[in-house]
Amino acid sequence: MATITLEKINKVYPNGFHAIHDLDLDIADTEFLVLVGPSGCGKSTALRMVAGLEEITNGEMRIGDRIVNEVEPKDRDIAMVFQNYALYPHMSVYDNIGFALKLAKTPKDETDRRIREAARILELDEQLDRKPAQLSGGQRQRVAMGRAIVRQPAAFLMDEPLSNLDAKLRVQMRAEIASLQRELGVTTVYVTHDQVEAMTMGDRVAVLKDGFLQQVDTPQNLYDRPQNVFVAAFIGSPSMNLFEGTLTLDSSGQGGSLTLGSQAISIPSEILAARPALAAYDGQPLIYGIRPEDMEDASLDSRPDDQCIHGEVSLVEALGAEILVHFGVDAVPVDSGDPDAVVELGDTAVVVGRFNPRSRIRLRDSAKVAVHAERLSFFDSSTRLAIWD
Amino acid sequence: MRLQLVTTHDPQPDYLDLPLLQPLADWTHSGLVEFPIGVHRHVVRFVESEHGLFALKELPGRLADREFALLRHLAEENLPVVEVLGVISERDSDLDDILITRHLEFSLPFRFLFTRSGISSLRESLVDSIAVLLAQLHLAGFFWGDCSLSNTLFRRDAGALAAWVVDTETGELHDQLTPGQRELDLDIAQMNIFGGLLDLEASGRLPPDIDPVEVVESLTRRYGQLWEELTAEQSVEVAQRHLIDARLARLNELGFDTAEVSITTGGSGPQIQFRPAVVEVGHHVRELERLTGLRMLENQARRMLNDIRSYGAWLAKRDGRDQPEAVVAYRWLNEIFEPAIETIPQELRDRRSPGELFHEILLHRDALQSKLQADVSVQAASADYALESLPSSKRERSLIEGD
Repeated sequence: MATITLEKINKVYPNGFHAIHDLDLDIADTEFLVLVGPSGCGKSTALRMVAGLEEITNGEMRIGDRIVNEVEPKDRDIAMVFQNYALYPHMSVYDNIGFALKLAKTPKDETDRRIREAARILELDEQLDRKPAQLSGGQRQRVAMGRAIVRQPAAFLMDEPLSNLDAKLRVQMRAEIASLQRELGVTTVYVTHDQVEAMTMGDRVAVLKDGFLQQVDTPQNLYDRPQNVFVAAFIGSPSMNLFEGTLTLDSSGQGGSLTLGSQAISIPSEILAARPALAAYDGQPLIYGIRPEDMEDASLDSRPDDQCIHGEVSLVEALGAEILVHFGVDAVPVDSGDPDAVVELGDTAVVVGRFNPRSRIRLRDSAKVAVHAERLSFFDSSTRLAIWD
Repeated sequence: MRLQLVTTHDPQPDYLDLPLLQPLADWTHSGLVEFPIGVHRHVVRFVESEHGLFALKELPGRLADREFALLRHLAEENLPVVEVLGVISERDSDLDDILITRHLEFSLPFRFLFTRSGISSLRESLVDSIAVLLAQLHLAGFFWGDCSLSNTLFRRDAGALAAWVVDTETGELHDQLTPGQRELDLDIAQMNIFGGLLDLEASGRLPPDIDPVEVVESLTRRYGQLWEELTAEQSVEVAQRHLIDARLARLNELGFDTAEVSITTGGSGPQIQFRPAVVEVGHHVRELERLTGLRMLENQARRMLNDIRSYGAWLAKRDGRDQPEAVVAYRWLNEIFEPAIETIPQELRDRRSPGELFHEILLHRDALQSKLQADVSVQAASADYALESLPSSKRERSLIEGD
């Protein structure tokens, strides 16, 4: 078991590309930390520096109490998981799990103990004498996980381990890895580009962009209190709807309104009271965001008209438990800076709302949509940092 | 459906005749051939047509595109990889893409090396061939990530083996690999090869004299020695500059050319720091191709170059004057190599590649000369080899299950 500490870590490649900037991370013993971000954000580079596969340009890396900047990968007591999960057809599950220990010349009784313990944790005790062909797809994956477990490393490092699996197995394995990690209590650093994977698996999630750490926090905090525009848009699916608008406080300073193109959303006094910093933005442009679930078909919501907006419906996706309604408003959309996101910049923004399935909104309707204004997120339009206080 | 095909000189089958709208595992096409492929994550099947044997692998589109691009890049870098021919995509919403590669002719899957009689001597060079392959890939900045016996094909190379990359799903291309990346790649190779050998053992097909632990430990040793020779900085006295020439000669002997060296001298000291900077495998291959136009494997080429030199010496002795190297090579090609190969009946030529045939003809000649205590011409040796030895060899152009 071990903590992993990255202190002011930088990675500059020989061609001058600065891949990681002053990365600080404290990963607690037994923690499951997920590194997530769009392509090119530096998440795999960071993981590889922990593994010793990339040299550290400057900064300090510690595993436990030991500085490992110059320590070879094999001496770091970490295991890269799922580099290869091919199973050997003529070997039993027992041998498929434990053969690496034979190469490491681990004593036989110790090997046996570790294999049986791994099999117990993976619920493969009854399958130890079977051959891979007699196992289900999920069981085979667990045998491969057993290979990593028997090595008993201080930490597991996983670089997009599920990316080659089909969607169904990926969801199953996501749950199995998260549950297994908690049972084993081995510090784990997991890289993915998939924010759903990140949110469902990690104790904490570190969001990176362009080599800079944007925010590291619990999944719920990332979702509820994103620290900047990028995190706000990146975390959550569908993404937070982001707009540029102007906040105008009323003469009493108790309430106000926010422009959405030619429309306006009333801002209740409680919000301004809870976030006094917003007062400094009176009459100023800012960026604000509305989560899809913080909107509702106005016919199913009792909010006053001044907290409703209107738009023409361009797409309705019925998902059973909810419907996703896409509608256009004449507001300026915001580019969150996610290189993988598709953003259509112009004078019309497409808004996505997650509505109750009882909504009768149809394609090309002119929809009236209630906005839960108390749930809005605000960001400074210059710094793009959140305004929470 | 979308077919993205590489334009090649050699024809490809008409893929549209294949049942592309069915999962590859369910195909019952008459051209399907059972082929020993070892352990793979995805469904791989082989289709034989009048144009040869083709491997089809079903895998998610993103992976197929990536592997297609990687294999093409590695081939452009003259690295030993199977020839990629195309990707079939947009087959059906539920079906993955299909990556098409050409089967490597005269290749020996690793299981044949352990299960067939008569080729046990080749096993000894298995580790060497993988060490050379890994070193080649690492010099080119390629992290394989899944070197295994199943992901490698072997070809006879003048009594040794040359290894080819078959599968690059997990590969990554970098400007340069770090020591950590190389170490991990080697670690993965060790583990995979160990697992592959244990699997053979579990199936009762591993000869008892082979110790899997010893095999993989020797891989690490051989790779380490080779990498040191290829890349290590060497410090020599100014007066001992011949040591640099000796190092370059050793690299040539190992089959590597040094296109660039880095030499630095100290401000005042008598030491020179020397390091091969750009190293490329195929020294003898290129030399033979330059002289004859023949493209062979490294050891085959080395053997032929030796034969060309011997022939040149014989000509010089006979004619009383030296001939230019290019003339000797031209005459060797026309008077020795081609007649020797043409002596082999057409129906036996699928037993060995031309380069290996010639190597075995020379071996046969050596044996005949030793037995008869007299000179034997290559052409006579070839005729005797075709009559006495080759017919008992199995066809290796495309070994299939049951061969």
